[in-house]
Amino acid sequence: MKILVPVKRVLDYNVKPRVKADGTGVDLANVKMSMNPFDEIGVEEAIRLKEKGVATEIVAVSVGPAKAQETLRTALAMGADRAILVQTDDAVEPLAIAKILKGIADAEQPGLVILGKQAIDDDNNQTGQMLAALTGWAQGTFASAVNVEGDSVNVTREVDGGLETVKLKLPAIVTTDLRLNEPRYASLPNIMKAKSKPLDTKTPTDYGVDTAPRVKVVKVSEPAARSAGMKVADVDELVAKLKAMGVHS
Amino acid sequence: MKTLVWVEHDGKAVKDATLAVVTAAAKLGEVHLLVAGSGVDGVAKEAAAIAGVGKVHVADNAAFGHNLPENIAPLVAELMASHDAFLAPATTTGKNIAPRVAALLDVMQISEILSVEGPKTFTRPIYAGNAIATVESSDAKLVLTVRGTAFEKAATSGGSGTVEAVSAGGDAGISSFVGAEIAKSERPELTSAKIIVSGGRALGSSEKYEEVIVPLADKLGAALGASRAAVDAGYVPNDYQVGQTGKIVAPQVYFAIGISGAIQHLAGMKDSKTIVAINKDEDAPIFQVADFGLVADLFNAVPELTQRLGD
Repeated sequence: MKILVPVKRVLDYNVKPRVKADGTGVDLANVKMSMNPFDEIGVEEAIRLKEKGVATEIVAVSVGPAKAQETLRTALAMGADRAILVQTDDAVEPLAIAKILKGIADAEQPGLVILGKQAIDDDNNQTGQMLAALTGWAQGTFASAVNVEGDSVNVTREVDGGLETVKLKLPAIVTTDLRLNEPRYASLPNIMKAKSKPLDTKTPTDYGVDTAPRVKVVKVSEPAARSAGMKVADVDELVAKLKAMGVHS
Repeated sequence: MKTLVWVEHDGKAVKDATLAVVTAAAKLGEVHLLVAGSGVDGVAKEAAAIAGVGKVHVADNAAFGHNLPENIAPLVAELMASHDAFLAPATTTGKNIAPRVAALLDVMQISEILSVEGPKTFTRPIYAGNAIATVESSDAKLVLTVRGTAFEKAATSGGSGTVEAVSAGGDAGISSFVGAEIAKSERPELTSAKIIVSGGRALGSSEKYEEVIVPLADKLGAALGASRAAVDAGYVPNDYQVGQTGKIVAPQVYFAIGISGAIQHLAGMKDSKTIVAINKDEDAPIFQVADFGLVADLFNAVPELTQRLGD
């Protein structure tokens, strides 16, 4: 079985986002960019399935600028076999990404597509579900366990009340949650080896997808700041404050 | 504008998250509801009583029993032929269904709206709430998920919706429900609790969480929460997690105990009315958002607080 793993290049999760003064977005000039952490978990899960003998080939895909090659090389260094960059300088929305991935899925015929549940920049949480709709495949979102058995996959999902397990017919879409696994670091020899792994470059038009945005960003602003209150000296003072607010047993 | 709100329920009662979505939908126009499930007469009746509701579409079919998006999304897409906007709560179930509907309709969804600024204009958080985007849709129809803490809850009585059975849809035959481990608790739900007591990594173990956090929550009739660090360390189950990738909460009072206040955690609770922080590190970022901060060893301070609140 082949596994497709879409990955996105985003602002590194350790960098505090700064809203641009002109309100057009978040400043991405000269800041560290990395693979979206949820996508990293997706790459790791695909590698584990290959190590278990369930998967035979892992294809990493990214839709983005030329620099997204670095993100794909990271996936290759972790253990993906080859990569496809669908190159564009436009900001592509989840619906258009899902359409591009549908085109790639048609060509590659994967048994599983494993995506991050959301990218930590736009926080949309849409692409996996949309790809599932476009392919007509089943979806296991927010996965904390993935078990392939014959022609189906059992996905345990993190839901509001706890955990839920669904059985999906393959091919299927899985989106990762935080506790699915802990991604490995790529070793130096593997980083070197990744440089010679195949990386194809395509464009959205190769898949007949129009990436013109459907949603216009009118402005981006700082959230309302919450100001610090007061420090209380001891439990007595805290109890007095809470009781004054009507908080007691 | 005619809106269709997906009603989240547990087969017996309407979930609170739905009520905030009704309020958001009412800002756009007429509010119709969809109750999909198996044996949902009671839920439909309850839904029809929500203030401001018009028609209640009821799809009663075993295939809709476990909210499988493969079965629900085509049903919603069909109903959307006669509606202009589809709204669902930004809960794990709402987030599972809505984008599948959006793609079937060829609509770019707007996720987790915080406010309605115009018929097609909304605000929503990006970068874990570190920035707020105002966005405008150009699609013919809207698909939205709604952050529950950003809208008032519609009243659960006073409405006179008309219930109408829908026969559309069925089992797509590609997915099935296997089982669930849903915590049963007498406590209020995290997302609708008035008071939340959350513990962090400083607790050190699940035993200490039980020993220190739980008695305070018991005393106050509060819901239990945790930071991601505490969940990752295995002190409590995943559904306790408050934060950007966990639950977004906005109670009257939020107790952050032994929680340093990572940006991802703050994103999940900074809209709480009053924040109380107890931490022995006086430089912890949590104090920058706390209304009342106590710099103290939580293992002494919290049991004392628990006892004194009962005095």
